[in-house]
Amino acid sequence: MTLKIGLFGNPNTGKSSLFNMLTGLNQHVGNFPGVTVEKKYGVIKRSEKTFTIIDFPGIYSLYPTSQDEQVVYDVLKEPNHLDFPDMACVVLDSSNLSRNLLLLTQLYDLKIPIVAILNMWDLVEKRGLTIDLSNLEKTFPGVTFVQTNARVGLGKERILEAFEKTVETSNYSSVIESFELAKIEDKKSQENEIKLRYGWINEKLPHFLKSKPVVEEATKKIDKILTHAVFGYLIFLSILFAVFQFIFSFAVIPMDFIDLKFSQLSEWVGTTMQSGLLNDLVSQGIIPGIGGVVVFIPQIALLFFFLSILEETGYLARVVFLMDRLMRPFGLNGKSVVPLMSSVACAIPGVMATRTIADWKERLITILVAPLMSCSARIPVFTLLISLTIPNEDVAGIFNLHGIVLMGLYLLGIVSALLVAIILNKLIKIKSSGYLLLELPSYKSPRWKNVIINVLEKVKIFSLDAGKVILAISIILWALATFGPGNTMETEANKREESLASSTLSEDEKEQQIASVKLEHSYIGIMGKGLEPVIAPLGYDWKIGISLITSFAAREVFVGSLATIYAVHDESEENDRLIDRLKKEQKPDGTPVYTLATGMSLMVFYVFALQCMATLAVVKRETNSWKWPIIQIVFMGVLAYSASFLTFILFS
Amino acid sequence: MTTLLDLEIEKKAIILEVLPSPLSAKMAEMGIIEGEELSLTFKAPFGDPIAIEMNGSLLSLRKNEASLVKIQLI
Repeated sequence: MTLKIGLFGNPNTGKSSLFNMLTGLNQHVGNFPGVTVEKKYGVIKRSEKTFTIIDFPGIYSLYPTSQDEQVVYDVLKEPNHLDFPDMACVVLDSSNLSRNLLLLTQLYDLKIPIVAILNMWDLVEKRGLTIDLSNLEKTFPGVTFVQTNARVGLGKERILEAFEKTVETSNYSSVIESFELAKIEDKKSQENEIKLRYGWINEKLPHFLKSKPVVEEATKKIDKILTHAVFGYLIFLSILFAVFQFIFSFAVIPMDFIDLKFSQLSEWVGTTMQSGLLNDLVSQGIIPGIGGVVVFIPQIALLFFFLSILEETGYLARVVFLMDRLMRPFGLNGKSVVPLMSSVACAIPGVMATRTIADWKERLITILVAPLMSCSARIPVFTLLISLTIPNEDVAGIFNLHGIVLMGLYLLGIVSALLVAIILNKLIKIKSSGYLLLELPSYKSPRWKNVIINVLEKVKIFSLDAGKVILAISIILWALATFGPGNTMETEANKREESLASSTLSEDEKEQQIASVKLEHSYIGIMGKGLEPVIAPLGYDWKIGISLITSFAAREVFVGSLATIYAVHDESEENDRLIDRLKKEQKPDGTPVYTLATGMSLMVFYVFALQCMATLAVVKRETNSWKWPIIQIVFMGVLAYSASFLTFILFS
Repeated sequence: MTTLLDLEIEKKAIILEVLPSPLSAKMAEMGIIEGEELSLTFKAPFGDPIAIEMNGSLLSLRKNEASLVKIQLI
């Protein structure tokens, strides 16, 4: 016999700790039918019974104010709903009963059998509170109360026993007789109902709660510093700086390792498998495609590791508090800060981190502008182009021109993200009910189990969902670069081979030249040439065109594509050979291709263009339609084209 | 009319009335209803948002939300 148990509770009650304690790593993620809201559930087997525990989003009452919260309402409104629970497990923060009881009374009046968890029981004594359990039980006949401290994993056995024992009862003393949920639009009835319930709770409270709860002095003292007008921002900036330093310096190690292992694997498959099309597909399409997904995992894992810690401690709520006023003029929310900052590492976790924003419009704007923040995949492109086209000079004696340009590109990204947000805020006609009624939880030390489970979950979502799209597009790009119309690729390659036969070049260099000729006559080469008239005003030729197309897969592919086109082996760690080769590249009229104007224009293009299919895939997933990713790629493309065009004219 | 905006840091007050707004139900849900006691704990730089303590927890509100809450100082 399977029993569906819905896990309900206010935010910050330790609900996720409790869910993790009950289910451990035996968690599954699905969607609630018809909506994108994630449904986390875990299955526990115990003697004859099987409990399926469904983790519902944290809520203060059954009336929703965000998409996430709406799920709870939709499920409970419909007793025939697939996810309608046979039993409710309501997590209460023992140190803050009155507001927590609001949700309990609503579920109680719906006559669902209830196991109520008095969580954080340790804090009750610590804060000098006394809860009279037997009087509390008398107030809610039929409800089984269990004291726990999920933070330290106390109480699992008692909860499972309560699940087994709790059955439907007729012995209710309802707050509201034959209660039915008010309509979502009917805010007035909701308000009246909530007030009625609080009146009832306040009347009963003295029976089981002997003293008035207060906020811990320690939390107030820490807040004096962390939300200080000067120190608050300084501390926040230092934390950001430290986190990014750590991500940039440490994620590189596993990323290089992954890169190396995947290219070794490609080479191994390429040489051991029977040569042919299948070999090419696996070694040049599929394996690099999977590698392109896996290589992002270290950054995503590290970023979510730090974010989870900050969230667990309660600090993240303070960041929201500090930044809210500053973000509002841009149509953003204090909660937009973390996603935007994350996007400096990588837009993928950034977009995923927008889920905390309750207001759909503010969340959508944050998602749409997040990829404008310069992510780490742009760094190899910027580095190459800067050393290629920007003179290495000192400015004002102390600053290096290369450094200034790089910083300028980052600033350009940030400023344009904010400006675009202002415009989107005007254009998008979704009604915003932007508000910031936010609980600032008391400070706690992080629970490592929650942190680890959260990181694993984010990595899993990314690798499965974004991975599918990245893999598919990698294979398409491989096919476009491998095949050409008719047999022109073969004949051109043979021609070059013959003309090279008598040359003194090494075998390696000859092979590279042939590969370059093949690419030129492949479909992607033809596309590059077809693109030339369009991109010529920006100062690019068809070779850059090919690199633009291939770097749609991911920006960093740009460097590798150029290396293939210019027949430079990219195995050497240094870009020096490629840079030397690119510097010599000339237009038909003998002037160099890579001038200051072309270089600047190209860098500006990379600041704006959405050349990252992984981001597209994640945006599709988070907005649940292709509409927004398509709008996003179009407006960023238009921005990129016009900005590069202006830059090219400016520097020509 | 005295509202939550007029409250000074560490001073206490009682809620007299919450003016009707699309947020009324949400505010009620968070416990902001007439008769409840609260105190102002701290303000963000620029005085917006503010943080109040009520019933043992800290809540933050934007200024325009706080302006809907009529209070009496105690």
